[in-house]
Amino acid sequence: MTNKNEKDRSISEAVDSAINHFGDNREELIPILNHVNRILGYLPSEALEEISKQLKSSRSQLFSVASFYHMLSTKPRGKHVIQFCESAPCHVVGGREVWQTLKEAVNLEEDETSPDGKWSLITTSCLGLCGVGPVIVIDDDAYGNVTPEQIKDILAKYSD
Amino acid sequence: MMKYFRTHVLVCVDPECLSKGAHDILDALNDELVATGLIDEVQVLETSRIGACSLGPEMMVYPEGVHYAGMTVDDIPYIVEEHFLKGRVAQKFILPIKQIKDEELTAPTAKEIRVVLRNCGVIDPENIEDYIAQDGYMALAKVMTEMTADDVINEIKKSGLRGRGGAGFPTYLKWTFTKQEKNDTRFVICNADEGDPGAFMNRRVLESDPHSVIEGMIIAAYAIGARQGYIYCRAEYPIAVKTLNIAIQQAKGLGLLGENIMGTDFSFDLEVRMGAGAFVCGEETALMNSIEGKRGEPRPRPPFPSVKGLWEKPSNINNVETYANVPQIILKGAEWFASMGTEKSKGTKTFAMAGDINHTGLIEVPMGITLREIIFDIGNGIRDNKEFKAIQTGGPMGGCLPKEYLDLPVDYESLVQAGSMMGSGGMIVMDEDTCMVDIARFFMEFTQEESCGKCTPCRVGTKRILDILERICAGHGRQGDIEQLEMLCKEIKQDSLCGLGQGAPNPVESTLKHFRNEYEAHILEKRCPAKVCKALIRYQIIENTCTGCTVCARNCPVNAISGERRQPHSIDPDICIRCGICVQVCNFNAIEIV
Repeated sequence: MTNKNEKDRSISEAVDSAINHFGDNREELIPILNHVNRILGYLPSEALEEISKQLKSSRSQLFSVASFYHMLSTKPRGKHVIQFCESAPCHVVGGREVWQTLKEAVNLEEDETSPDGKWSLITTSCLGLCGVGPVIVIDDDAYGNVTPEQIKDILAKYSD
Repeated sequence: MMKYFRTHVLVCVDPECLSKGAHDILDALNDELVATGLIDEVQVLETSRIGACSLGPEMMVYPEGVHYAGMTVDDIPYIVEEHFLKGRVAQKFILPIKQIKDEELTAPTAKEIRVVLRNCGVIDPENIEDYIAQDGYMALAKVMTEMTADDVINEIKKSGLRGRGGAGFPTYLKWTFTKQEKNDTRFVICNADEGDPGAFMNRRVLESDPHSVIEGMIIAAYAIGARQGYIYCRAEYPIAVKTLNIAIQQAKGLGLLGENIMGTDFSFDLEVRMGAGAFVCGEETALMNSIEGKRGEPRPRPPFPSVKGLWEKPSNINNVETYANVPQIILKGAEWFASMGTEKSKGTKTFAMAGDINHTGLIEVPMGITLREIIFDIGNGIRDNKEFKAIQTGGPMGGCLPKEYLDLPVDYESLVQAGSMMGSGGMIVMDEDTCMVDIARFFMEFTQEESCGKCTPCRVGTKRILDILERICAGHGRQGDIEQLEMLCKEIKQDSLCGLGQGAPNPVESTLKHFRNEYEAHILEKRCPAKVCKALIRYQIIENTCTGCTVCARNCPVNAISGERRQPHSIDPDICIRCGICVQVCNFNAIEIV
């Protein structure tokens, strides 16, 4: 019960802070969703409901937008989100091997979250860091020229 | 009293260097300087790109002008002691820099010209005064004081500037169409949703010279009579968004944006809008839907954006690079701009070179340069002395051109005629080891994934093409597959609503045209000539070369290799998963792919 209350509170806090920042204007929907997604790690249906009330738009409309963009997630994400750049320039400089090692290291396939909630593994479109491919991003940290051998050390930095 | 520092250390915090640990270097430097008591003598500053981020992290030490690269956190105490304490240059971190040339900042080669990239790395992007010192906002002043709106459009017309987003529509025409519409509200939009994999020309301009884009947009707004503008930047570029917001604030502070610009009665405001990760939003009508807070799906055209664009108002939408060209055209004159390029394609174009080429990175070249000059003179040829096989221009919806096209001039018309396109400027070079069917499959996977799903030919058609290509690569190609692919390509091109669907078949069509024999080898002979497609290759051990050292057997993840010590080993093809580890670990080159 307490957990649920706490969750509801953090959801409404996230929504309020987004609306305070961007205003309750339908046109600001994408910045609002980005903001909430960033705070909560994903967009729980309770959050979409709250936003839909405040913006006076239907939930179906909100959901259609939330599900359209890659960076918005309607599924819970792990504590640390690993993004792997799957674009051609990274692919041709050894990305495939890095991806393989990464999947094995966290024991996840694309778009999966580990049962203990620590990791989510997703792919991202080109980050424009092509000069230092292959590139992976964990939370807000980008790692360039990644080799399969480095994966273990990089992941170890996120030990919490 | 101002502090005096005997030494300044500039650490590059370009996103590429950050990805190689620049933040840790900064922390380590500061810690070490505190520990050695040098913190009051040596100042550490953050700076934009210095040169060779691919060897990063990198830093520059002044007044000596010593350029270090490739150090790790553990090397910092050594550098601090050697250089800052003992005054000796730490040679071992200087060496690698000489071995690489970074096209973005070293002096351009003879065939390059810097127009759009002229300020990149030269000025501090977060300081508007740096830009002003390079003649920044002089063009705007000229427009405000000496030119009418029609004068501006005329000058752009004479210059021959065409859209740098890829389609190459004459810029002055777009401006004229938007201006002609009878409406009190018009918008100016900048498309900074640079989504093509491997293309990061716009990111560089936005992060290193944001004011050139802003100035270009203000001039466009003046010419068409707009009061409000938007820069739509993709969320994958957080640093570009941050830099733009700083630049906009500074321009507002100096009265270059906002009410009564430069004391005239012209007012214009600018806002940055961020995407949320959708490739299709680079399409202009999808982009406008996204700004409005909707799904980024394209709208049917006509009506074109210049008639009914953002919120149904007349809107002029241009690419980052197009706007960045505008101030210089105004300042140096249309004739100067038109003196570069070919008859129909004027000026310069930036490209991002990637793939199997010696010098990857950004270049800026005059239109009309040949692919051969780009690849061999500027890019310094193919890596590892391999043979050139193909170049893909125009991003994931561009075509792959074989060596017969190396002397093709790079301009809008020639590229389209050859079955490719200019696109926003990504170029991927492929060597002899590339399987063209696999490449077509790879790009199809991308466009199929990024199809927004609004129209059926694109949504279903790209999936069908991908299914067939996957089947061919998996060794299950059938008679008639090629004909079916050709039919699908034609239909999707004809019947799709936006550029994504219309362009998606290009990689398939162009590889079918130029590398048909590779498709046939896959389908009819179940053979991958480039030895890439795993289902069609087999690893085997060359008996005479194998020494029986057992390294391969010990490293094989599925125990597919057997053999006695000091006896030739063998690979069981039924167990082998074609991971290639055995080839990597063999010291005697005793494993071949057949």
